[in-house]
Amino acid sequence: MQGFQSHTGVMMPLLRDNVDTDVIIPSREMRTVSKTGLLEGLFAPWRYLQVDERVPNTDFPMNQSSFNGASILLAGTNFGCGSSREHAVWALMEAGFRVVIAESFATIFFNNALRNGLLPVALSREALIDLMEWCAIDPQVHRPTVDLQTGTVEAGHQQIMFEMASDARTMLLSGLDEIGLTEQNRDAIETFENQDRQRRPWIYLDQR
Amino acid sequence: MPETLFDKLWRAHEICQLSDQQSLIYVDRIVLHERTGSIALASLAARGRAVRQRRHAFCTMDHIIDTTPGRNDNTRMPGGRDFIIATRTAAQEMDITLFDINDPDQGIVHVISPELGIAQPGATLVCPDSHTCSLGGLGALAWGVGSTEATHALATSTLRVRRPGNHRIEFVGDLPAAATAKDMILFVIRELSAAGGAGQALEFAGAAVRQLSVEGRLTLCNMATELAAFTAVIAPDQTVFDYLKGRPYAPTAAYWQAAETHWRTFFSDPTARFDHETTLSISHLKPQLSWGTSPQHSMDWDATIPDPEQAGDAVTRDAWRQAQRYMHLQPRSRLSDYRIDAAFIGSCTNSRLSDLRMAGDYLRRSGFRVAPGVKALCVPGSGRVKRAAEAEGLDEVFRSAGFEWREPGCSLCFYAGGEHFDEGARVVSTTNRNFEGRQGLQVRTHLASPLSVVASACAGYLTAAGPH
Ligand code: SF4
Repeated sequence: MQGFQSHTGVMMPLLRDNVDTDVIIPSREMRTVSKTGLLEGLFAPWRYLQVDERVPNTDFPMNQSSFNGASILLAGTNFGCGSSREHAVWALMEAGFRVVIAESFATIFFNNALRNGLLPVALSREALIDLMEWCAIDPQVHRPTVDLQTGTVEAGHQQIMFEMASDARTMLLSGLDEIGLTEQNRDAIETFENQDRQRRPWIYLDQR
Repeated sequence: MPETLFDKLWRAHEICQLSDQQSLIYVDRIVLHERTGSIALASLAARGRAVRQRRHAFCTMDHIIDTTPGRNDNTRMPGGRDFIIATRTAAQEMDITLFDINDPDQGIVHVISPELGIAQPGATLVCPDSHTCSLGGLGALAWGVGSTEATHALATSTLRVRRPGNHRIEFVGDLPAAATAKDMILFVIRELSAAGGAGQALEFAGAAVRQLSVEGRLTLCNMATELAAFTAVIAPDQTVFDYLKGRPYAPTAAYWQAAETHWRTFFSDPTARFDHETTLSISHLKPQLSWGTSPQHSMDWDATIPDPEQAGDAVTRDAWRQAQRYMHLQPRSRLSDYRIDAAFIGSCTNSRLSDLRMAGDYLRRSGFRVAPGVKALCVPGSGRVKRAAEAEGLDEVFRSAGFEWREPGCSLCFYAGGEHFDEGARVVSTTNRNFEGRQGLQVRTHLASPLSVVASACAGYLTAAGPH
């Protein structure tokens, strides 16, 4: 997985609540058993007027030149709700996004983001609006810096703090692979299983 | 120290604490489907890994497969055949139990997990699917994960999990005859909002919950994800134990007594502390219908559609406007002013035998038929549900009333580029998501109970069943 330390980039505002994973990457856009090939499908229902012909909707920020090269996304509450599809994270990353700043996140999306090196940053509504206003002056020039080490979003003279649990921070900073980490607990897992087999033998179907 | 039901489930599976926020949790059962499970299995194979406890992993075909009679690996979804074949090959290579297209036990993942006894009280279960929380209805600790986490669970029999908060939602009063478990959960989402359970393990409690059948409890817990909750649980009781007895993967006779004794320890201690508590009175609960594009846009079936001008803040006002534009609805009108084009009974929310009976009984009693011009479908959740329904003659009831009777699967619950409702169609549906485009391009979905769906199908417009 890709590690994350600090990132400066163009921010694309999408200040809506409950942006769901069906909108981020519709099921019909996931055509292969793969984590890639999702770029065109990202936000397809909002990004295109005619989905099949890919006719761009110029009202949607992704289709506006001021947000060219955007790598930070801003949204409202409960971002990434709905389906558990990790494709939502993969599609955002394929399009170059490294950070999503939102008022809150759906749990599965949040976990998926952490596991792929996409930084989910939760900020208050007021902070979101301040940030949006600063970026709106000139999105290509007013580019926020998101620093995981210090837990801050820097936007001009404002410095906004954000929280990140220490274990999630460590994982993101190092880009460590979780399966590898968990292997270090192999003995504890086996001890648990041996005791549990006595307590709940019916769970262990290999004995049937 | 007094513990909640969730605390007990957590403690029983906590191998160790990894940090002050995160624990390593033992995963008893992993269930996969061809949509996201295929990727989890492929990632595992790419790492050269095996399934650590292959008897604890199960896979079904439900999302992509066709639900028309005589189906095979061909499906209308672009690339769908590849998902089916990739899943089958991977499941065979990993030597895990697969319920393939024509297996008599095939069905929607969250319908077969309880009915085959794969999900059990006091056990953990994960699946790369957000509606895994359904299984909390049995008293299991079950939650949806992404594909990467599913790979981790397959490889290690564990997950690294952040401990959620505890939130008890207590229903007060008896459920009125015209209302169902589906109406209860739509009501909860409407009251608490689509983010109202964020970061929490919900516990549904109260006499009305204890009176629900296991199938009703599964419906109730199914939509916890629509509250952004980590999961939901209901304390297991005799109703659950009776339901599970004799199911293929449930404890065998030799272990049954010990299992039941163990299961009986899973309840919230009377003095246990919850981070949040919500009390909802349901004595006068009316059938609920959704009007907008989020499940929180739900209301009493006969209420008036809200006016964005009256919204509390600008973001809500814009959201209501956008939803009403998409849904082609006028503020302050009533849902019964709108004709429907289609009606759908199915999905992991409402495709079990009791759901089909509920709708079938309405057709039998009323003698009504589907209104002209309305496309109506009934898709049983599993092979077992389908056969049981047919044994009662329900297939004939549905067919002769004008419903199509399908093979089990997710079917038109979601649109993946294959089968869909007509562009712009207004659909009344027993499913769980009314998101834009969920059931087809520009399709307008209204969420409802099986009873309201069948009543609307026969009326030709949005309505609820019962005396009114
Ligand atoms: S029935 Fe619908 S909600 Fe349920 S698992 Fe299938 S696609 Fe998902």
